Amino acid sequence: MSAPVVLSLEGITKRFGSLTANDDVTLELRQGELLALLGENGAGKTTLMNILFGHYTADSGRVVAFGQELPPGKPRAAIAAGIGMVHQHFALAANLSVIENVVAGTRPLLSLGLGAGAARKRLVELSARFGLAVDPDARVGDLSVGERQRVEILKALYRDARILILDEPTAVLTHQEAEQLYATLRGMAALGLSIIFISHKLHEVMAAADRVVVLRGGKVVAERAASATSREELAELMVGRRVARPRRESQEPGDIVLEASGLDAGGRLKGLDFTVRAGETLGIIGVSGNGQATLVRLACGLEKPSAGRLMLYGKPVADPNPRGFVAAGVGRVPEDRNGDGVVGEMALWENAVLERLREPRFSRAGFVDRAAGRQFARSVIERFDVRGGGPDSPIRLLSGGNVQKLILGRNLAEAPKLLVAAQPTRGLDEGAVASVHGEILAARAAGTAVLLISEDLDEVLALADRVQAIVKGRLSPPIPVAAADPRRLGLMMAGIWEEAA
Amino acid sequence: MMEALDIFASAGLWAAVLRIATPLIFGTLGALICERSGVLNLGIEGIMTFGAMIGWMTVYHGGGLWAGIAVAALSGAMFGLLHAAMTVPLGLSQHVTGLGITLFASSLSYYIFRLSIPVSGSPPTIVPFQPIAIPGLSDIPFLGEALFSQTAPTYLAILLAVVAAIALARTPLGLAVRIVGENPHAAEAQGIDPIRLRIGAVVVGSALMAVGGAFLTLSAFNSFFPTMVQGRGWVCIALVVFASWKPARALLGALLFALFDAYQLRLSHVVGKAIPYQLFLMIPYLMSILALLVMARRARVPQALMQPFRRGER
Repeated sequence: MSAPVVLSLEGITKRFGSLTANDDVTLELRQGELLALLGENGAGKTTLMNILFGHYTADSGRVVAFGQELPPGKPRAAIAAGIGMVHQHFALAANLSVIENVVAGTRPLLSLGLGAGAARKRLVELSARFGLAVDPDARVGDLSVGERQRVEILKALYRDARILILDEPTAVLTHQEAEQLYATLRGMAALGLSIIFISHKLHEVMAAADRVVVLRGGKVVAERAASATSREELAELMVGRRVARPRRESQEPGDIVLEASGLDAGGRLKGLDFTVRAGETLGIIGVSGNGQATLVRLACGLEKPSAGRLMLYGKPVADPNPRGFVAAGVGRVPEDRNGDGVVGEMALWENAVLERLREPRFSRAGFVDRAAGRQFARSVIERFDVRGGGPDSPIRLLSGGNVQKLILGRNLAEAPKLLVAAQPTRGLDEGAVASVHGEILAARAAGTAVLLISEDLDEVLALADRVQAIVKGRLSPPIPVAAADPRRLGLMMAGIWEEAA
Repeated sequence: MMEALDIFASAGLWAAVLRIATPLIFGTLGALICERSGVLNLGIEGIMTFGAMIGWMTVYHGGGLWAGIAVAALSGAMFGLLHAAMTVPLGLSQHVTGLGITLFASSLSYYIFRLSIPVSGSPPTIVPFQPIAIPGLSDIPFLGEALFSQTAPTYLAILLAVVAAIALARTPLGLAVRIVGENPHAAEAQGIDPIRLRIGAVVVGSALMAVGGAFLTLSAFNSFFPTMVQGRGWVCIALVVFASWKPARALLGALLFALFDAYQLRLSHVVGKAIPYQLFLMIPYLMSILALLVMARRARVPQALMQPFRRGER
């Protein structure tokens, strides 16, 4: 490759206390190149990009953009040098308009007038040139996630960014939105922009990048041309050992465990029909925000249906409530694991027994039996390989993957009859995904009925026996997973059921 | 009953409305600027008291009326700096710090006043701002007396509300304040320093609060006495919510509250013989609660209000 180097990081080292987040990292970016920075959570990708953008100051090493060394710790200098960053958690003000978000900070604070007219013209021009359609006057809070990401990219382009850094850009996007984003990025690279994107999703890296730099434990462990590597090789480089996602064995499902007919929930869900049998996984796929949250609430007894019937083990549920569902053997893996799944400040053992505090084995005469609680926590920790703390550590110290293992563990240790798992591997890295998948498959093999709600196509294809799509509060008819491929599922998720069939 | 309605036909009522509204306009704008940047400033009640005291004191010791206003603004800025130092870089609780500043500033005002002015039955007075007749406009029957015979700070307050409305909506500085109050991380990513901007907003807002207080001793009355602010600061905090954090609506809200207040004063003269006047005193507050019920449900709160910003954290 003969294109000039536009950006280089030289010997970057960053320590947080005793942890070395980046260890002598050196990499180069060439003009018009799409570089993927691949690594597991905690590999130091985001830290590295934050140093590059001036959010953090490195302990040693330097950043050179277009031949000029950037002063450390100054985002403004990075912006001025033509570097734009798109954060994983969007840095947008929801109550302001697109145009306000874009122009904020671009003019001297004490000047008069926003120059909104000229800004609008420029924004429309950039949108058209780079294929980033968005209404400049819309309130950002009213935009879809994909549109918000476009605003983020436009913000950088508006400031003449020639180097774009995207931190896990597809973490919040649907499959279609992600594909569209990568097509857009390709087009931008063809127009001469240089792009680094951070990811831990192998298929994206393979499909989109020119070159892949793999980061593990804060070090660059490998660099490959995307055309000269394979998913398997990258997975091994990233994790440091061979990881294979577990496979689903076929088995005959048993009796119906959960059955919904004509389920309505105050306009958010309309006429849902589905059944889940023992030893079977039903995958509900869909773009988030189409009623999944309500469906999960219904399936966990947190909400009563406004019409229709929900039957558990062939009997109608008279008065749904969470405690009753737990007692009936329903295990729950909530979507927002830190918000709904655990209480961060409480100890691991407390979180392990929280749902079952009323059971006589964990409480005596109104007092919590701490010994029994700790014992239960220890057994979960051991059986489900929860790392990062003992029974008495606060759970907020655990990584996302380990929190998820604890949540799964406290449910599966009780051999539930039904497991409701919502987005069980969202935000987890490859190693953790493999173990969560392994546990869900093991539960299914042991006869648990699994209701899996996910927007990750690969996950649904790997775990589910049958698939239904949820779109605007309605469910498509089920199809067997053998008949499902990404294209057909994509159409189902878009609400085009007839064409998909 | 007719008498109760006749009150609305007197030009005096409307003149009083503008007068009563003035300190509320200053205070509400001040609180609004602080809150738009994401900082709640409950120091307002004390800052207004201190402004009232120090402004009066300046004039009493020979300073000009505008010097009094300036000194009050400066004192407010200092308390604002204190509040900002505690809540912005240190990220302490904005409620606790603000209430602490109210208690501190009020007590300090009484203490300074007590030290320098001997106790007497009738407090000493100064010559306050005089109404300015606006040529042409003041001669209009009824309207002239009702709207155009105010003192200079009243006109300033109204002008300030207009300026604040335009500045917030239409200038880079105003946009920067808003984006810091909505999402400081977004501001930082755009190269705006949320810490400095918040400190600046709190300092400026607090200066306005103190000017509102000074209006009481330099224009509405001519002397200072303890407890004279009488909860006006808290009314301003409520008016900000009523105004949905918009300066133009804050002006409207302050005028509305002042109308209730001016009306109840006159109403208690008309029917006060039969009913204790304390009942009428409650009217503006009851009306405010009602108005708040209607307005505040639709209010769009700055998303980062009361959330301390720490660099590198989400």
